[in-house]
Amino acid sequence: MKRLINILVFLTLTLTSFNSFSYNSDPKAFINELVNDAIATLSNKNISKIDKNKKIKTIALKNVDVEALGQYTLGNARKNLDQATLEKYKILFEKYFLKSLTSRLKDYSSQKFEVLSAEQKSETYTIVNSKTVKSSSGPEIKIDWRVYTKDPTKPLIRDLIVEGLSLAKTQKEEFASILNSNNNDINVLFTKLEEFIKD
Amino acid sequence: MRFKKSIVLITTCLLMLSSNLSAETEKECFEKVSRGVFKFNKGFDKAVLRPLAVLYNKLPEPVKTGTGNFTSNVGTLLTVPNHILQGQWKLAGESSASFFINSTIGILGFGNPAAKMGLKNQQEDVGQTLGAYGVSAGCYFVLPILGPTTIRDTIGMFADTFVDPFAHITLREKELLSVSGSDIDYYSVKGATSINFRADNMTNLDSLEKNSIDMYAALKSLYLQNRAQKISNTFSSEDSDEWNELNK
Repeated sequence: MKRLINILVFLTLTLTSFNSFSYNSDPKAFINELVNDAIATLSNKNISKIDKNKKIKTIALKNVDVEALGQYTLGNARKNLDQATLEKYKILFEKYFLKSLTSRLKDYSSQKFEVLSAEQKSETYTIVNSKTVKSSSGPEIKIDWRVYTKDPTKPLIRDLIVEGLSLAKTQKEEFASILNSNNNDINVLFTKLEEFIKD
Repeated sequence: MRFKKSIVLITTCLLMLSSNLSAETEKECFEKVSRGVFKFNKGFDKAVLRPLAVLYNKLPEPVKTGTGNFTSNVGTLLTVPNHILQGQWKLAGESSASFFINSTIGILGFGNPAAKMGLKNQQEDVGQTLGAYGVSAGCYFVLPILGPTTIRDTIGMFADTFVDPFAHITLREKELLSVSGSDIDYYSVKGATSINFRADNMTNLDSLEKNSIDMYAALKSLYLQNRAQKISNTFSSEDSDEWNELNK
């Protein structure tokens, strides 16, 4: 019986993972499908915590421009680093981002979400406007998504702007603060990231 | 008289310092001290503000909404003169109408019928007005209990008490249209505003603390972005140039 349940869970996860690879390419529909998929995953009581995290990570890696976000977050400091150090940063940032994203999504997964509109700002990016609905678990929050659309068939998320506050910019200034306080020593940032990933 | 002179002198000095610092809003006044104050504020939050906000969140929804509406309606009294100072006549009219409707039909501001009529009521203060006139933020620092600020916003916060009719009748105990109050009223409303804000941001702040590798820097960034957005009255954070550099 337990084995049968395991097989069923595995099949469900596999099928839903395939779904996550094929979101709509229209930025508005893309955000709607992706967020609802992520929230449904996190609130699904039939999936273990490990499997939930795995699926969220799969969704994120396929639909967020993690590499560009990592470079943006590092700011101008990236221009002074050699290739090997940049590679190390890329690996650490991805782990940091995935852990932080999963944690943040869990914090907000009980809230209802609505996509309102989309505005194409240029050929390469569109801002999708959305909000969480006011409920007992929290007030209404306006969330804008910066979607990178250079490849129109494969939109990618680059930033979340919550009530006008950019999460990427906040993260970038956090990293800059650590570097500035430590004579721009990238190893201090690496240690901080490693500590975060380990916790 | 001597007190008034000192205030003018301090304000002038701070404004000059603020202007000299140009647009370097990320500049710190005294980071080590600010980080120490930030630690103290975190302790205060953990021991006092957060527990109060947790209790507040357990209140029935209508009580919480009513309290939020009331404090926001009192805040409109500061908003109206600032809209006027910024030449935003339409918004000043809308805020005045909102205050009048909510204070009467909305029963002292506990209800918010003005919002249902489509009247906007965004909060404005002297710091924002100074920003709108081009006064730069000056350096950033953290005040005990009051939290993140800049030189411009500190001056603004102090000037608020002169511009705000509510502060006039409570803090200064002056009568206005036969209404008067005491400083207890002023601090009670400010306290309720803080608890309401903390309760509304329970998830946001808990999540930020859990996911930050330098929470001091994260809060500083959020504070400065928020103020910039309120001054420009826009609702998006644009940083296109740097993103465009990363286009593959």
